[in-house]
Amino acid sequence: MTGLDIWMRENPLTYVWLGSYVVALLIFAVEIVLVRHKRKLTLEQIRLLREAGEED
Amino acid sequence: MAINWFKYSAPSTFYALAGKLIPWFAVSAAMLFAVGLYIGFFVAPVDYQQGEFYRIIFIHVPASILSMFLYLVMAAYAALGLIFNTRLSAMMATAIAPTGALFAFISLWTGALWGKPMWGAWWVWDARLTSELILLFLYLGYMALHSSIDDPRRADRASALLAIVGSVNVPIIYFSVKWWNTLHQGSTIKFSGTSMHVAMQQAMFITLAACWLYAIAVVLARVRSIILEREHQTKWVAELSEVRT
Amino acid sequence: MKELTLFSMLKLVIRRDMILAMRRRADVLTTLIFFVMVVSLFPLGVGPEMEMLRKIAPGVLWVAALLASMLSLGRLFSADHQDGTLEQMMLTPQPLAVIVLGKIVAHWMVSGLPLVLIAPVLGIQFDMQAETLGILILGLLLGTPVLSMIGGIGAALTLGLRGGGVLLSLLVLPLCIPILIFGTAAVDAVATGLSPVSHLSLLGALLVLALTFAPWVAAQALRISME
Repeated sequence: MTGLDIWMRENPLTYVWLGSYVVALLIFAVEIVLVRHKRKLTLEQIRLLREAGEED
Repeated sequence: MAINWFKYSAPSTFYALAGKLIPWFAVSAAMLFAVGLYIGFFVAPVDYQQGEFYRIIFIHVPASILSMFLYLVMAAYAALGLIFNTRLSAMMATAIAPTGALFAFISLWTGALWGKPMWGAWWVWDARLTSELILLFLYLGYMALHSSIDDPRRADRASALLAIVGSVNVPIIYFSVKWWNTLHQGSTIKFSGTSMHVAMQQAMFITLAACWLYAIAVVLARVRSIILEREHQTKWVAELSEVRT
Repeated sequence: MKELTLFSMLKLVIRRDMILAMRRRADVLTTLIFFVMVVSLFPLGVGPEMEMLRKIAPGVLWVAALLASMLSLGRLFSADHQDGTLEQMMLTPQPLAVIVLGKIVAHWMVSGLPLVLIAPVLGIQFDMQAETLGILILGLLLGTPVLSMIGGIGAALTLGLRGGGVLLSLLVLPLCIPILIFGTAAVDAVATGLSPVSHLSLLGALLVLALTFAPWVAAQALRISME
C-alpha cells in the first residue's frame, strides 16, 4: 500500500470529488470557454471580411 | 400541433432558434446537475460493498452513455447529410464530435479513478473500459480526418462516410472486446444494477439528463459558430445584429 | 471494343496492378522487411525466455502484420491518382466498386500474402508448435484481406491529403481491432486445447462482410475525394 492508497481510503469523498467531479467540471468549463471563444473569433472574422468587402 | 420541422433545417432559421434555446438548455443542465449531485451525495446511502467510491457513477455512467449515444447521433446526422445533401446535418455532425470525445475521455478518467480503489489498479483491461477507449480513438480519427481536409464540402462528406463505417463497426468492436475479455478472465466487481438503491438510481438519471442537456447546449453553441463560418457570404448573416455592430 | 464483363474487368485490374507492382519490387520488399524487423524486435525488447515468447507470438505477429499493412496502404490509389489513371477508371461504364475490389485484391496479393507466407518462419523463431502455427497462418490468411479492405476505405478517404500516412493509420487501426482479437484468440484457443473453429468462422464472416461492403464504400469514398 502506497501513501496514496491509504489517503484515498481515509478520505474517499475528497478523492471522489477532487478526482472525478472537479476534473469533469473543469473539462466542461474548458469546453464552454472554447466554444465562446470560437464564437467571438468567428464574429470578428466575419466583421473583418465584411469591412474588406465594403471597401471594394 | 403541427410544427414545420423543415423550416428549421435551413441554417438561417436554425441559427436563430438555437440562439434562443441555448440559455434554456444550459440553465436547466446546471440546475439538474446541482439537484442530481445533491441527491447523489446527501440522500443516497453508502454502498455496503463499494463504500463512498461508488459515488463516481453519477458522472461516470452518464458520460459513458452519452459518449456512445453521441457517436450514433453524429453518425445519423452524417448519414443524413451524405444522403440528402443537407448542409445543416453535416454541420451538426461536426459540432457533436468534440463533445462526444470529451465525454468519452471523462468516462475513461472516472473509470480509472473508480478502478483504483476497487481493482487496485488505475487501468484494467475491462471490456467496457477498452471499448470506451476504442470509441475515443474513433472520435479522434473522425476529427483528425475532418480537420485535415481544407475543402469543407469534401471534409463533411469524407468524415461522414468514416462515421458511418465506424458506427457499423461499433457493435462488432464491442462484441469482440467482450469476447476477448471473457477469454482472459476479467474482473468480477461490477456496478450491480439490481441492488441499486432508489436514491442512487434517481441521482444517476438526473445527472444523465443534466449531461444530456449540457451536451445539447454546447453542441448548439458550436454549430452556431460553424453556421456563421460556412455562410458568411450570405445576406442573412450580413443582416444579423451581432455582425452589424 | 467489346464489352467487358465484370469478372474480366476484375481480372484485368488485378493483372495490371500486379504487373505494375512487379516493376517496383523494392516497394513490396520494404513491407516484408518491415514486418520481419518489427517481429524480430520483440524478443530484444521483452527478453529471450522461450516460455514468454511462445505466449506472445500470435499477438506480436498479428500486430506486426497490422502495422505492415498500414505501411503500404498509402500507395493503393496514390500512383493512379497522380498520373490521372484513377479519373479515367471512374469514367468506365463498369461499376467503380469492381475496379476498387480489383485494386484491393492486387494490393493484398503483393503486400498481404507475402506476410502470410513468411509468418511460419517467424513463428518458428518464437518456438511456436506446428499446430498453433497452422492456425495462425489460417487466421492471417482470412484476416489480412479484411485489413486490406478496411484499409482501402481509409486510403480512399485520405487520398491526396497532407500527412496522409499517419492519418490513415489513425482512421484504420481502431477499425481493425476485431480482426486482431479473433486472429489471436484462435491461436490461444488451440494452445489451450480448445477448438479454434468459432474464432476462425467469425473471421470468415468478417471477410464476407468486408467483401460485400468495403469495395462499394471505398468507391463512394473515392468519389468524394475526387470531386
